[in-house]
Amino acid sequence: MTSANAESPPAKSKTRSAPRFDLHVWGPVIALVALVLFGMSLNDQFLSAGNVTNVLARSSFIGIIAVGATFVITIGGLDLSVGSMSAFLAGLTIIVLNAMVPSLGISWVTIIFGMLACLALGLSAGFLNGILITVGRIEAFIVTLGTLGIFRSLVIWLADGGTLSLNFELREVYRPVYYGGIFGIAWPIIVFALVAILGEIAMRKTAYGRHAAAIGSNDQVARYSAIPVERVRLVTYMLQGMLVGVATIMYVPRLGSASSTTGLLWELEAIAAVIIGGTVLKGGFGRVWGTVIGVLILSLIDNILNLTDLVSPYLNGAIQGVIIILAVVLQRGRKGAA
Amino acid sequence: MTTRAAPILEARQVRKSFGPVEVLHGVDFSLRPGEVHALVGENGAGKSTLMKCLTGYQPVSGGEIALDGEPVTFASSDEAENRGIVLIHQEFNLAEQLSAEANIFLGREVKKGFFLDWKHMRRRASELLAELATPVDTRRPVSSLSVSQKQMVEIAKALARNARVLVMDEPTAVLTTREAKVLFEQIERLKAEGVAILYTSHKLDEISRVADEVTVLRDGSFISNRPASETDADRMARDMVGREMSDLFPQKTAPRAEAPALEVSGFSVPGYAEEISFKLAKGEVLGFAGLVGAGRTELMEGIMGLRENSGTVRRDGKDIRIASPRDAVGHGLSYLTEDRKGRGLLLKYGLRENLTLLGLDRFSRLIVDETAEKKALEDAIQRFDIRAASREGPVGNLSGGNQQKLLLAKTMLVDPEIVILDEPTRGIDIGTKQQIYRFIHDLAEEGRAVIVISSEMSEVIGLCHRVVVMRSGRITGELSGDAITEEAIVRRAMGLESEPLEEVA
Repeated sequence: MTSANAESPPAKSKTRSAPRFDLHVWGPVIALVALVLFGMSLNDQFLSAGNVTNVLARSSFIGIIAVGATFVITIGGLDLSVGSMSAFLAGLTIIVLNAMVPSLGISWVTIIFGMLACLALGLSAGFLNGILITVGRIEAFIVTLGTLGIFRSLVIWLADGGTLSLNFELREVYRPVYYGGIFGIAWPIIVFALVAILGEIAMRKTAYGRHAAAIGSNDQVARYSAIPVERVRLVTYMLQGMLVGVATIMYVPRLGSASSTTGLLWELEAIAAVIIGGTVLKGGFGRVWGTVIGVLILSLIDNILNLTDLVSPYLNGAIQGVIIILAVVLQRGRKGAA
Repeated sequence: MTTRAAPILEARQVRKSFGPVEVLHGVDFSLRPGEVHALVGENGAGKSTLMKCLTGYQPVSGGEIALDGEPVTFASSDEAENRGIVLIHQEFNLAEQLSAEANIFLGREVKKGFFLDWKHMRRRASELLAELATPVDTRRPVSSLSVSQKQMVEIAKALARNARVLVMDEPTAVLTTREAKVLFEQIERLKAEGVAILYTSHKLDEISRVADEVTVLRDGSFISNRPASETDADRMARDMVGREMSDLFPQKTAPRAEAPALEVSGFSVPGYAEEISFKLAKGEVLGFAGLVGAGRTELMEGIMGLRENSGTVRRDGKDIRIASPRDAVGHGLSYLTEDRKGRGLLLKYGLRENLTLLGLDRFSRLIVDETAEKKALEDAIQRFDIRAASREGPVGNLSGGNQQKLLLAKTMLVDPEIVILDEPTRGIDIGTKQQIYRFIHDLAEEGRAVIVISSEMSEVIGLCHRVVVMRSGRITGELSGDAITEEAIVRRAMGLESEPLEEVA
């Protein structure tokens, strides 16, 4: 008697929640496919190798950062500092590279040291955010709002209000990292794909990913399940910092400079991509492949508006805004079912 | 006795069911102006439910509530408040960031035209608080007030609503002795003004002092009603317990008399438990009894490294240091929390993710082995008889009993030698309870050492070889064998017998 009772509620909800869950999973994919079809119908250059490479390569910076943001948001955190951090890292990396030219010369060795420095600086910046949030027990929003201002201001100060430029000859050596590629695929796209695949595996298949989701879902349950909650949080902010470093490594050869506008508003684009991709803003559930789709959706809108004269490209932000809000409305539908 | 006033608020044969489970079986209760009527009973006896029925928080399923002799139905607690019936929650219902005066008039603000009449509200709030001997600045935010001041703000809030009936749910649980004294004075004053007061407390001595009349509930039934002058703490305790033992419990088997698997000595969890010492042998079930808030949960959380702690813990005779839950699990300890939904399970996730969360490192090198996880889930479903329509669906949809069995499976997945179970049968039906008793029995038979914290006396008596009783963060007694009786436990839990005494069976 009691057991029959016990079984009925899950049975009911199973039939109810399954279809909604599917819509939520496939929603972003359908939106992306629709955008591609739409783009094809408007302009026959849309699917040309040049345009596709352009779209993908330009999305790769935000994309690499957004993969990190997926983890940060999954643990129930937030990192607003990534755009400024990227500018700051770009500035410092350029300074380091330029400083090494006299001793190491114009060579790949110099570039590789510069890359390592950029990664290390990214890890340190993430560590700073993480330590303030975990040990300092300050809300992530506040900490990263603070470091957003700090990093941005530091890069402007380093550039003395202008632009930090990479040594011209060194830039020629470094250039292929953004403009070159292998088998016709540009390096930024390859790196983005690698980061996304590794991120998806880490989220879905490793103990770390499971722990991250558990912490975002209910950090008390995580704590009572012997998960080192604060350590996982710290590692996640460091991972975000490192990925900002990776993105910056790909970004520096593109323009060979850093200024007050480098990486401006990247944090918002990254967060938007994560949310469009179906990661829950409050944490507890993250989807890296969804984030990749979110990034592509945002870049495609930009691209389509630029390729056609249907709507003014100045309205890009407005259309992206509508999409973000729609994505969250869809998310709420899923929560209602759960 | 002088003639008593007619009751203001009455429960007449009130029944209340949640789904198929009836938790109040026809209870009579009445409140008269100028009197304090105490409601006592064990946890789960139905006190809270009755209070909620009386104050409009929950509708009755049978019987009726009468106000001034007329049957009424309150659509909400708001409606009850409008009629002068106010419940003061144990956890206060105050907006912490707002000022005291804003809280007192919350939802019933006095207006002058379009604007709030702060002057009037401030004056009235000051008057009310002054009457309650709590002259605080009413502009201060509630968060800056002490616990007892907050309580007085709650009472002032009730009085501002012209309360004729005050229902106080364990008002002294959070107060110091001195603060409680102030409260008792105010209760006397309110009585003199003709307010009717329903009062609950686990402190029976306190009830003898404050109440005019005492009603005892047990298992949702009315047991007794006496003038306070004709009863005492002992009598109340006897009325509260005195349940028959059924054959719910498996036959106890003697623990393996070996060297203790776990020894705790001089162990403290600041603010919750002081100087606790006990031993636990393999194959033994050790009960921890006491009232809610006696510090049992916090003590165990301290031992598990979930709370700051000091003292010595020995495993198989060796000193160990536990700084984190991970250390505890490493030393073969595992803890099942009393808060299944808040601390035990990820309600939005499926069975597999929940089952393996504590022991995830057993399933992963670099990558989590989902095949092994699925197999572990199959085993757990078999062993603990977990019934779920869907393995992927969120565990929040499972019944309480199945959630509890899953939580037990999760706790046991790390193969602990010492298992600490905190309220293992809270909020589950009797059939599942019996299953869980069987599991606990089996764990001990396998040679594991088991600690059971329970507020249900029958459980402690039916399952445990020995029982440690705690009160206010200290051990007040240890019982074993035939000396484990409800009365003996209640007396120690209530502090009627405070010297720790070792009784040998």
